[in-house]
Order: sequence, then C-alpha cells, then structure tokens
Amino acid sequence: MVKKFKEFSAIPGFSLTLGISLMYLCLLVFLPLAALTIKASEIGIDGFIQEVLDARVLTSFKLTFGCSLLAAIINTIFGTIVAWFLVRIRIPLLIKKFLDSIIDLPLALPTAVSGMALTTLYTESGWIGKFLKDTFNMKVAFTPLGIVVAMIFIGIPFVVRTVGPVLSSIEDELEEAALSLGANRWQIFIKIIAPTIFPSVITGFTLAFARALGEYGTVIFIAGNMPMKTEIAALLIYTKLEQFNFVSATAIAMTMLLFSFILLLIINLFQSWVSKRAMGTQGDS
Amino acid sequence: MIHKNPPINSVNIINVINVIISIIAIAFLFIFLILPLAIILIEGFNSGLSIWWDSIKNEETLSALYLTLIVAVIVVPINLIFGVLVSWSLTKFKFKGRNLIITLIDLPFAISPTISGLMYVLLFGIYGWFGPLLIKYNFKIIYAIPGIILVTLFVTLPFIARELIPLMTEQGTEEELAAISLGANGWQTFWKITLPNIKLGLLCGIILCIARTIGEFGAVSVVSGHIRGATNTLPLQVEILYNEYNFSAAFAISSLFVAVAILTLIFKHIINYEYNRKKY
Repeated sequence: MVKKFKEFSAIPGFSLTLGISLMYLCLLVFLPLAALTIKASEIGIDGFIQEVLDARVLTSFKLTFGCSLLAAIINTIFGTIVAWFLVRIRIPLLIKKFLDSIIDLPLALPTAVSGMALTTLYTESGWIGKFLKDTFNMKVAFTPLGIVVAMIFIGIPFVVRTVGPVLSSIEDELEEAALSLGANRWQIFIKIIAPTIFPSVITGFTLAFARALGEYGTVIFIAGNMPMKTEIAALLIYTKLEQFNFVSATAIAMTMLLFSFILLLIINLFQSWVSKRAMGTQGDS
Repeated sequence: MIHKNPPINSVNIINVINVIISIIAIAFLFIFLILPLAIILIEGFNSGLSIWWDSIKNEETLSALYLTLIVAVIVVPINLIFGVLVSWSLTKFKFKGRNLIITLIDLPFAISPTISGLMYVLLFGIYGWFGPLLIKYNFKIIYAIPGIILVTLFVTLPFIARELIPLMTEQGTEEELAAISLGANGWQTFWKITLPNIKLGLLCGIILCIARTIGEFGAVSVVSGHIRGATNTLPLQVEILYNEYNFSAAFAISSLFVAVAILTLIFKHIINYEYNRKKY
C-alpha cells in the first residue's frame, strides 16, 4: 500500500495554514540561507580553504572555540548545581521564586546591555575586577577570560532549564524504595539520579556551547576586540562585512554554521538514542 | 536490614552537602546574574534622577526609542500570525516532513546574529542578489528600516511557534473534532475551542517575542548602518553612547531595558504558574 503524504483529518485549514507557513519560511529562512550557501560555493574549495586558514581567521576560530568550550563546561557544572539547589533543597518560597525567575535574565536582557554591565563589573576599577586584581593579580576584562565570563552569563539558562525539569520528575517513591532496601544516599545518587539526569546534562552542555559559539553582543563589549588576541569569529564576520570583503565573511560564516549544525545533529541523534534505549529497558521489564 | 530513619551520622553529612550546594549555587547566581543587574541600576541612577531623565529625553534617544517601537509593532503581529498558522498545521494534522519544518523554525536560534545579518546583506545589499533590482527602483533595504524589520522577523521567528507547538501537540485534536462534528466551521473551532486552550502559551510567546524584538542587537547592528536619528534602534544607541564614554546615559537607557526584562520574567513566571495550576 502506498503511504499517503497526509493522513485524513476532518479538521479544516490544512492547505491554507501549511501553505502560508511554508511560503513565509521559504522567504525568511530558506532564501537567505540559500544566498549564503551559493555565495560560499562560488568561492570554490581552494579559495574557501585559503580564507579559513588565514592567520587572523584561524586565531579567531581557536579563540571562539576554546572560550566557548570552557564556558560551556563551567556552565554545565554550576548549572547542574543550581538546578539541584532550586529543585531539591528546601528554601523559602519567595527566594526560590525570585532565583528561579532570574535564571532567564540573560534571555530577557538585550545582549548589548548585559555586555556593558559585565564590562563595568570586571574592568580593573569595577567591583569584581578590582577584587581579582588586588587578590590574584588577575585581569579579566579585555582578555580571553572576559570572553569566557560573557559566554558563561549567556549560557546559564540552557543547562538549568534542561536539567531542572528532569531532576524534578524523579519520583520520591523510587528513592524511598531504594532507601528502604538499604541503599545509602551516595548509592541512590550514582544508581538512580545520575543516570536519569545525564542525558539532560549533555543536552544542556551542547546548547550552552552552541549559544556561546555564536554570541556577539555580550562578548564584544568585554573582549577588547584586538585582532589576533581577543577577536571572536562573530565579530570578524562583522569587520569583514564593513570592509565589503564578502568572500571572507561568507567563508567564516559558513564554517561556523556547518559546525553548529553538526553540534545540533549530534544532540538530536543522542536524544533519539537515549529515548530508544529508555523504551528498550521499559520493554524488557 | 531496613532503616526507618537513616543513621544520624549520614543525616549530618547530607546537611553539610546541602549547605555546600546552596552556598555554591547562591554565590554563582549572585556573581553572574544579580551583580550585573544591580550595576545597571546603580550606574543608571547614580548621577541623580534629573540626569537620568535628561538622558532619556535626549532627541537621538527618543528617535531610537520610536524606531524600536515601530519595529516591534510590525514584527510581533506578523510572527504571531505565523506562529499560530504553523502550529495549527503541524499539530492538528499528520503529514510527512513535519520534522523538517520544525528544524527550519528552530534555525534562527542556532545561527549567530552576525551571520543572520550577513545572509540578508547577501540578498538585499547593493552587491547582493536583489541589489541591482532594488537600485533600479530606488528602494533601500540594507542600511534602512526594511532591513532592520526583516532581520528582526528572522531572529524572533521561533519564539511564538516554539511556545505553541508543544502545547498544541499535548492537547491533541479531540476537542476540535468534537466541535466540527457538531457543525462548527474551522474559524469557529479556532476562536471558541483552540484559542482559549492555548491563550497562556500564546501570551508567554508574545512576551518573549517582544523582549527579543526590542532588544535584538547583533543582527540589527549588521544591517542598520548606524545612521543617527534614522536607523538607530535603542540597543544600538546604547552602544554608541557607551563607546562615547557617556556611561550615565548608556546605563540610563539600560535601566529601561532592565524594567522590560523584569516585567518579562514576572509575566513568564505567572503564566507558567497558572499553566501548572490548571494542569493539576
């Protein structure tokens, strides 16, 4: 039997809603993406490699990648701790509501505003910057460390919001059963909690990593933007565009885009693998 | 052996661990979220209310505010209509290729703001695909307001759809089918059945979309051309003031954004709370 494109439904409006949606998506998402891809293909493989291997471009890739990775790792550790704190530790309800709401602040505040705020805090005369300089003789603003700080800020919601719901979905009965069978707290953590939240921790890490790779507004204020030192890839695209160097801007953009797609593909595959495995174990029992 | 209560020794250890976790979590949130929020308000108001007011009612700032509001008034309704239409088609019908459409909707989340801007420059810039055509009809998109509107539409495209799709998938099609079998037409079904069911999610999506629309910086920065008093949105104005070392004015405008952000977070919290209360 030939499978039809669409199953029958009595609800009206299919062709109207899908038609308009597809047209809108084509114009707004597909067309610009096609423009970028075709522009990239016009450069040719040799030209592409030449652009990407340029010393300034390569340095900015390494910097962006390294800082994003470090920020995502720090976010994963602290984000999981924060999620644990919000879900499992008894705190006054008002404080809990306040802290829980403020997690989304990096998504609600314009990136330029958060960038300015972080820079003001971390320069040598700022509250945190002065403390770090006096005690550890450490400079944060206008160094790669500053970029990491900005990327941590922007990535906070991703880990907390993916791990939190999973953590709160673990049933008390499960832990009580384990406890009554003689398991200690450490065993409960290792055997029940850790395996349950592990996939969400990985997903949160990847989302935070992907966001940090592309972040622009927050970073450019605190980075100092010195070529070969603190210039991130997203800014380099902007600079090349201002010089009307479309070839170089397109090559950098295409490389970053390919990398984020691979990242997203990996989490999608990982998630479907995890859910398949979960279904498999349920089927066995 | 069954413990009714865990041994006292282990309770103490757990308390110690809980205290350590709490301290780490609070310190992290304090340093990375509360301090930045505080510094904006302190820097914004520390030269006094009259200076704050002067910075806000500055002519360039007001024109930037005006442009930002115009962009929001155009962008949010368009993405609202798109969000509702695409969610209806994806959740009320089963057909092939749904995942591909969801991927396309998610794309703007995954693309760096400067890349979004670059894509539109490659389309509508003077050297872009439609560049010659636009020059011929003397119509400017890049370095003009239409470009700002287009990239903002692109960047905020997922917000409302992303809020509605899970909600409408969960609600299924039974209520709509019942209405239709009783003789309601599609329009009546939408207004009387679907809309009341999704209104909280819709509201949440609209609020997030507004916050992002007025705050978008990177993509708009690429296509705006920074023409003062003409194509400067409020976030770009903040950047200009900051680069001119006019910190008090930059932070005064930022305090407005903080007010919007706090309102957004409060609304989101209330809506989520209402939704959870209804569910159980």
